[in-house]
Order: sequence, then C-alpha cells, then structure tokens
Amino acid sequence: METRELNCIVCPMGCPITVTIENNEVTSVTGNTCPRGEEYAKQEVISPIRTVTSTVKVSGGEWPTVSCKTKSEIPKGKIFEIMDSLKGVSVQAPVKIGDVLIANIADTGVDIVATSNVEVL
Amino acid sequence: MLNYDIVIIGGGPAGLAAAISAKDSGVDSILILERDKELGGILNQCIHNGFGLHTFKEELTGPEYAGRFIEQVYDRNIEYKLNTMVMDISSDKVVTAMNRTDGMIQIQAKAVILAMGCRERSRGALNIPGYRPAGIYSAGTAQRLVNREGFMPGKEVVILGSGDIGLIMARRMTLEGAKVKVVAELMPYSGGLKRNIVQCLEDFGIPLKLSHTVVDIEGRDRVKAVTIAKVDSNNKPIPGTEERYECDTLLLSCGLLPENELSKSAGVDLSMVTNGPVVNDSLETNVPGIFACGNVLHVHDLVDYVSEEATTAGKNASDYIRNTASASSDKQVKINTECGVRYSVPVFVRPDKMNDKLTVRFRVGNVYKNVNLCVYANDTLLMKLPKKVMAPGEMEQVILLKSKLNEIADLNTITIKIEEA
Repeated sequence: METRELNCIVCPMGCPITVTIENNEVTSVTGNTCPRGEEYAKQEVISPIRTVTSTVKVSGGEWPTVSCKTKSEIPKGKIFEIMDSLKGVSVQAPVKIGDVLIANIADTGVDIVATSNVEVL
Repeated sequence: MLNYDIVIIGGGPAGLAAAISAKDSGVDSILILERDKELGGILNQCIHNGFGLHTFKEELTGPEYAGRFIEQVYDRNIEYKLNTMVMDISSDKVVTAMNRTDGMIQIQAKAVILAMGCRERSRGALNIPGYRPAGIYSAGTAQRLVNREGFMPGKEVVILGSGDIGLIMARRMTLEGAKVKVVAELMPYSGGLKRNIVQCLEDFGIPLKLSHTVVDIEGRDRVKAVTIAKVDSNNKPIPGTEERYECDTLLLSCGLLPENELSKSAGVDLSMVTNGPVVNDSLETNVPGIFACGNVLHVHDLVDYVSEEATTAGKNASDYIRNTASASSDKQVKINTECGVRYSVPVFVRPDKMNDKLTVRFRVGNVYKNVNLCVYANDTLLMKLPKKVMAPGEMEQVILLKSKLNEIADLNTITIKIEEA
C-alpha cells in the first residue's frame, strides 16, 4: 500500500488530499471537499496528464519562433521526451494557427500544432 | 486633425474586445492604436494554455485566444494603427500619437477607451540591494525573449516573486533546459494560482520558499549568485537565515502596475489602491467620455474577465456617443470597501442609470477561510455569501441588482466587507 499527498487544483480551495493506492488502484481519497477533487486525485495518481506548450524555430518568418502545443493532453512522464523531439525542428513560414508541425510527437499519438500565426517576412 | 467616434488606446485583449463590442453596438468610426507591431498584446507571448475556459468553454493558449478576437476585428473591418505610440490624451479627448509612417498625428475622439494594460514592478521599485549586473530580468521580459525572440536569457535561475508569470517562467525555463533553483516569495502565501504552483513548480521539483526575499545580488558584469533570507512578520530579513544560490539569472515576478501615465495627462482620477482609474458602473472615469477596462483599470487573473469588462466598456462608450448627456449630473453612490476588502471596481454606482445587473469585482487583502462576504446598502444587509476560502491572488465578484438597490430609501452608501461566520 502506498499513500500520496496532493494539492487539489480544481478550485481556489486547494484542498490537501491524501490518496492511498494498492496494486495501481486507488483505494481511498481523503481531504477533498467535493467530488471533483476525488476525480482529479484519482487521475493525478494513476495517470497524470498535461498539455505541453513550447515553441519551434521558423525560417523566413516575421518572428524567429512559432508557439505550439500538444493537440491534446499527453502522459506527464513524456514531457521531456517531447521537449527533446522539438529541439532540432525548424518549419517554413507562413504558419497558421492549427497547422500540424509534427505528427505523433514522441510516439504519443498526439500531434504538435501551431498556436500562433507567423507571416512571411 | 483626424476625427473618430471612439479611439481605443491599446490593441491587447481589452482593446480588441472593446472595439468589437462598440462596433456591434452600432458605432462605425473606431480606431485602435497599438504600440507593438501586431495586435493581441501580452497574450502573444503567453504561449501556455488555460485561457478562455469561461469565454469559449475550452482551454486555449494566449496567442490562440488573442487570435479569435483579432479575427473578429478583421471581420468587422475595424481600423487600427500598429507601431503607434500614444503620447498624450487631453481632457477634451484629443489623442496625440506618433509612428514612422504618419509622423505626429492628432485625433479628436468623441469617446476614448483606455486599454493600455499594465507593467511589471521593476527592480528599482523593489529596492533590492546588491550590484547591478546583467542577468536581472522581469519575468515578462524573459517570457518575451524565450517565446517570441527565441533566445534563452540564462542557464541557472533564481526567481523572486510567485506571481503567475514567475511560475509560468519557472516551468518554461526548465523545459528549455535551464535549472531553476528556487522561487522566493516575500508573502506567507503565493500570489499565483494553485494550478500554477502544482503544474509549474511541483511537477519539476522546484522549491517555493514563502516569507523569503532577496537580500544580495553578486556579480559585477553578470549575476554570479543571489542570496535569499527568511523575513519576519514585518517583512524584515532575519539575520542568520541567509541561503546563497549560485546562478546567472534573476527573474522578478513581483506584481503588476496598471500603466496610467496617459490617463493622468487626461485628468483621470486614479485609485490609490489599484493605481487604476476610479470608474462608475459604466466604467466611465471622472472625465466624461473617457472609459477604462482591462488591466489598466485593475489587474485581473483571468483574461476572460478582461474581455467581459471590455465588452461592457465598448457598449457603454457607444451609448455615451449616442446620448452625450453627461453622466456627471446623475446621482452617484459610492461603494465602500472595508474589513479585508481592498477595493472595488467600479467605485461609483448610479442607481437610476445602472444596468439591471452590475458585476462588482474586488480583491481581498489576506487569506480568509470560512467567512461571510457581506454587502450592505446603507445599513440594510443585501447579501451574505458564505465563502470557504478567499485569497489575494483570486479576484472575487458580487452582482448587484438595480431592483434591490432601488428598494432602499435614500441610498447613499454601498458597503462590501468580510464578516466572521
């Protein structure tokens, strides 16, 4: 049996939550004051997910970089692998919001899409 | 002299939403003046997500959120000038601005909407001792360098202040390969959103030291080390608690100040608490026809609320143009804030002219748990809202109903305060 201490992020209350886990299954959630806290805590201890936002280089654009994100949430453990995969990438201007810059980043099944427009210089 | 019905100072989230709303309220002659080379304001460098949950019911990044408003400005053919610096606004609403193509221009407006946003508190304003080497940046400057210019300002970082931009930059610099050694916060609580504490610091094992401040910066040419120390209840450093961190960069995220130099030149009264204009329920300042919205009025945590406020300002400015009878003759009732409530926006309410529902936003001065938020009209209790938690970092609001206020005989004050449960 394992216990994890979390700070809930669902609302400004920031309840301190204690989760107990057995065989990768949540057996109890305490400290939360609402059902949303329980849901968050379960997700966070079993398979935490995040959206990664970053930038990649652009050539021939009015800006040297374009902002981008994972189109949906990815496992938290993949964050640095994704950052490494973005390092050498350079795309050609123009770039539009929503353009797929890299498909299936770090084998997550999730695409990296542009989140800003970069016009040709 | 150019002539426009509404001139909007600033093309960030507030200016864009105000312009769209004014246009949709039937005003065609609108000009947005923006000093940067593009519309969107600070959102363009806020590449993290979490924007727009209220407005669009989805989580967008800053540039995506701005993009949706910029598209609406384009669709409506609203005029704007980029790379244009406003130098002066007069009390009779002549706007003096300059740029490289037009030179110096003067614009007579029927109404002006102030949407200049805010500025970060600088090292000079913080009185941090030590040398003045390179490597000290405001968190927002670092954000611009990393996210827009593609340039990392340092490798080993200490951050002073746990405002949201500082927290966001702690994560951003870490993702880009820097080592963020510590975030020091003067107050015994963080000024940032809980979500950012968890996802920007805890996710990466970055320590947050509350009740700590910077007491020394070393390095003549470049930052070499920063010393932080614990502070007592009067925010004075406690000798013997110093911790030295070798680093090449210090980021400052110590609060935002509404940028109101232009408002002052127009004769607009400013609040001593917010540093923003004192406005009535239509977001109009003491100068008839000059309105304010967004972070120039008071610093918001959520851009969604900026857009909402600016939409109101745009509509009210267009109403003002159509009915130039000055609001100054209307009866105004002051909103007093006491017992932990630091300020309110608006400050004045016109019970006869106000909309049926008025959103009053405010901040509290400390962390409060299990209290009642009370609103009085004269001595009559209008509202008693139980609050599990209130914190300075989270903007609060109450909604005043015109019908309720008009039931009160001889209404002369409205009071918002915190009472023990």
